Amino acid sequence: MATKEYAFYPGCSSQKGASASNYLTSVEAMCKTLDVKLTEIPDWNCCGASIGYAEAGELPRHVLNARNFALSEQHMPGKEIVATCAACWLGARETRERLTHSETLMADTREALKEAGLTINEMPNIRHMVEVLIEDLGFDEMKKHVVRPLEGVKIAGYVGCQTNRPFGVDGESFENPQYLDKMVEMVGAEPIPDYEQKVTCCGGALAFSEPEKAQAQIKDIVESAYDHGAEMIVTPCPLCQANVEIYQGQVNKRYGTKFDIPVMYYSQLMVVAYGGDAKAAGLNGQVIKARRLEEIAAKPVKR
Amino acid sequence: MSANTAVAEKYRNNFLKEIEEQVEMGDWVKMCMQCGVCSGSCPTNFQSAWDHPPQELFMMIRAGKREEVLTSSSMWNCTSCYNCIVRCPRKIPITHIMHGLAEYAHRIGMAPKMQATRFFSGLFWKNATHTGRVNELKLSLGLYFKDGFVQGVKNGMAMQSVALGLVKAGRLNVLELFGGHKCKDQKGIHAMLAKAYEIERVRKAAKMAG
Repeated sequence: MATKEYAFYPGCSSQKGASASNYLTSVEAMCKTLDVKLTEIPDWNCCGASIGYAEAGELPRHVLNARNFALSEQHMPGKEIVATCAACWLGARETRERLTHSETLMADTREALKEAGLTINEMPNIRHMVEVLIEDLGFDEMKKHVVRPLEGVKIAGYVGCQTNRPFGVDGESFENPQYLDKMVEMVGAEPIPDYEQKVTCCGGALAFSEPEKAQAQIKDIVESAYDHGAEMIVTPCPLCQANVEIYQGQVNKRYGTKFDIPVMYYSQLMVVAYGGDAKAAGLNGQVIKARRLEEIAAKPVKR
Repeated sequence: MSANTAVAEKYRNNFLKEIEEQVEMGDWVKMCMQCGVCSGSCPTNFQSAWDHPPQELFMMIRAGKREEVLTSSSMWNCTSCYNCIVRCPRKIPITHIMHGLAEYAHRIGMAPKMQATRFFSGLFWKNATHTGRVNELKLSLGLYFKDGFVQGVKNGMAMQSVALGLVKAGRLNVLELFGGHKCKDQKGIHAMLAKAYEIERVRKAAKMAG
């Protein structure tokens, strides 16, 4: 039996061939090492993300998230729901808070869910994967499995917005959360505690609709990482990862910069440090190749 | 009578009341003490296009500047970073009010027509709820082609290197154009959302009548 078991909400971007598919690959390998069992919520749906607001309204948005709660309860009663995506986690958690605090919203939600033949009896806990790692396993347990420390690699911990605000990870500050730096340290790499853009917004959905605004943000985030001598950036959020990685070429054109810095997920660093190969860590999913990590992943493991 | 004329008629000279009753979290607007921390914390406020930062919008609501507020592009510039929420000394849920104002202006047909994020927001929701899951390829193409075919091809060309990079990395699948990921119970999802819209409509109408 696995040490820890959760209902899993992977989210749209984690699906095969989608923008964060390499995140899921690395999470699966990481969880195998840590003996964490994730069981996908059957037929889960999109959380609506923050950007759906124009058409979503209040109740439809919460009903959409509540459907996932209901399915999770039906198939895995009592299990906590774990999301790997920052937006999924935030959307689901916000729905949980609103429904818990408003009897009217809860009653309306139940009425709408009936149309899909579903109901909610108990409100599930909604966790982000980093919460599971930090709170349920802890840094000591995570560190135990490191067999290939990422020695000498300097990594900027870019926390971004939605895993940090408005809920955040318990015990961390909104302005200067430390957990990502601790995770970098845990895998044997070198963190940059004074990386001043660690909670700057990547522009979110405006990267699509008003790219000039998002790219100004992305420029600051990447530039500061370079200024601190970082070789790569690490993040817990799929949209942060995509925005900060894939638009570097466009930022270069707009600002005459020469950015070419890999942007990784914490789970990818962990898989490599845990002895996994490049494929298990999803390194083939990088648009800007993480050569240094590929080299380390090809090295034999110290046992 | 258009949706806008109906509400304007009902809430004549009391725009704050209109916002309180019709906008999600709108009853928090009167709590603003005009300190400006939200504006100083907003990432898009540091760039050129923000006409009215949040605390200014809140004062405009209290001053009854209905037309200026509802037709403003400002709330559409929200990146949902939640910086304003966590820093507000009055704990006003500013991000949600920005979304709520945008949604309301959109609902009654007052929002700026050509605003790109307004378009993208609607596109995203329709894309996600159509099959229950987001189709990233159709979402991107839908945005590029919003101003017609010629502009769409131009936009597509401009984004070509970004898209190619993603395809090569296995993170964008061209086959998504012919189907792609979806939920099994789409019928249930559509029925449940239709019901949710209906309930919300009835509740807002009751507030207007009451």
